[in-house]
Amino acid sequence: MNLTTFIIVSVIKTVIALFVLLTAVAYSVWLERKVVGHIQNRWGPTRVGPFGLLQPLADGAKFLFKEDLIPPHVYKPLYIAAPMLAVMFALTSISVIPIGNVVTIGNIKTPLQITDVNIGLLIVLGITSLGVYGVALAGWSSNSKYSLLGGLRASAQMVSYEISLGLSLVGVLILAGSFSLRAIVDAQAGTFWGFIPRWNIFQGQIIAFFIYLTAAYAETNRVPFDLPEAETELVAGYHTEYSAMKFAMFFMAEYANMITVACLASLLFLGGWHGPLFGPPLLQAILPVFWFGLRVFMFLFIYIWVRGTLPRFRYDQLMAFGWKFLLPMAIANLVITALIVAIRS
Amino acid sequence: MQPVATTFFFYFLAAVTVLSGVLVITRRNPVHSALALILALLGQAGLYLMLYAPFVAGVQIILYAGGIMVLFLFVIMLVSIEKSQKEEQFNNMWIVGLLAALALGALFIGVYVKGRDLFAGREVALPEQSNTQQIAILLYGNYMFAFEIASLLLLVAIIGAVVMAKKRI
Repeated sequence: MNLTTFIIVSVIKTVIALFVLLTAVAYSVWLERKVVGHIQNRWGPTRVGPFGLLQPLADGAKFLFKEDLIPPHVYKPLYIAAPMLAVMFALTSISVIPIGNVVTIGNIKTPLQITDVNIGLLIVLGITSLGVYGVALAGWSSNSKYSLLGGLRASAQMVSYEISLGLSLVGVLILAGSFSLRAIVDAQAGTFWGFIPRWNIFQGQIIAFFIYLTAAYAETNRVPFDLPEAETELVAGYHTEYSAMKFAMFFMAEYANMITVACLASLLFLGGWHGPLFGPPLLQAILPVFWFGLRVFMFLFIYIWVRGTLPRFRYDQLMAFGWKFLLPMAIANLVITALIVAIRS
Repeated sequence: MQPVATTFFFYFLAAVTVLSGVLVITRRNPVHSALALILALLGQAGLYLMLYAPFVAGVQIILYAGGIMVLFLFVIMLVSIEKSQKEEQFNNMWIVGLLAALALGALFIGVYVKGRDLFAGREVALPEQSNTQQIAILLYGNYMFAFEIASLLLLVAIIGAVVMAKKRI
């Protein structure tokens, strides 16, 4: 493949990935409102379009046309930059996430991901760890006590849970022997005894899976770890002073991060796009993407389900849980996995 | 595929790193300094990538830019900005600092002039695919003792910080 084709293919893939991601973000908001509505015995959005399906469009139009208030007491450069940083980091991490096999169109062979790098997982972790700056700087630059408290909580919480999150993934890395997300998925192909798939969750990483999911909820500031925006104590936390599109950017960043977490959980623990393949060649090419999408949808649904079910942690409980329970569990899981792999080889 | 425009990227990343390094020490507002430091660390990560050390680059971003700097910012956000801006930025130790900087610069120039043979030639055939494994073998094989001593030192520092900060443990 020469440079020109490479650039054209990359641009096409980037545009498609961004379009799909942003649509998914908009409809996760719709799904959340709908599902939480039904959990609370309400209907959720019903007015705009059938089943309220056009609600995201209406929301988007509203966000665009609302007055963009910038309070006089904020520190302006960072106040404007913070939501941009948040949404930028949230959208960047999709670039290394694969959604299916390598496809061949004409004589161009390309993997279904924007770029396949050999440190893919490290890049996702790095970008998500940079994502906290959006929240922290928003809190600081707003120059209001509620925002500042939200920003402080976010930075402390994300640094604490990042360690458990990273350690829970090391077991998977030991099993796969690579940082490339594609290689990790390929390592999970096949079945045990013909019917149990060789997903990492069935290869003894089930504890790691739950540690990852818990820590990821904390990383994305979702219930039960949504203390940075705890509305009963902090008005709206770090985005108290934001309105219109800047507020929407934080919203988009949060949902894009949720989707990244769901993608990573499917890729690392549930075998990525592996699933039964049947039918004509075209269907066989599309099915892996469908299986992957199904897993991502399941994780998004669980996110919403948890939100509709659990109350919020208290701050000291959050810290004690992260450091005194999650971290030792992650280390124990790592030691045991390493021992088993060492004995086996 | 062959790397594209490596010279441009090297000078770009080097310029970003050096310029933000200068900003770190000249800004009066500590938050600006911290942000410049994050930029410097990111530029450094890019330079590691250009040296075919992807693992080090990734860890640099996760640990320094995404971990340690968040804690820096956390502490700075609790400090009163108005008070720190009124204080003197540089103290009277600048002569000592200048001497130290000059000595370090002389050392660098000396290494550059005398030790050219110590470095490999233009191209180094680095195994990019097994970069992580190579680092692990070196850290836990050849340099095991030094590595463990370093982690012990860090542990001592953490315990010291806790003892100093907490009156009653």
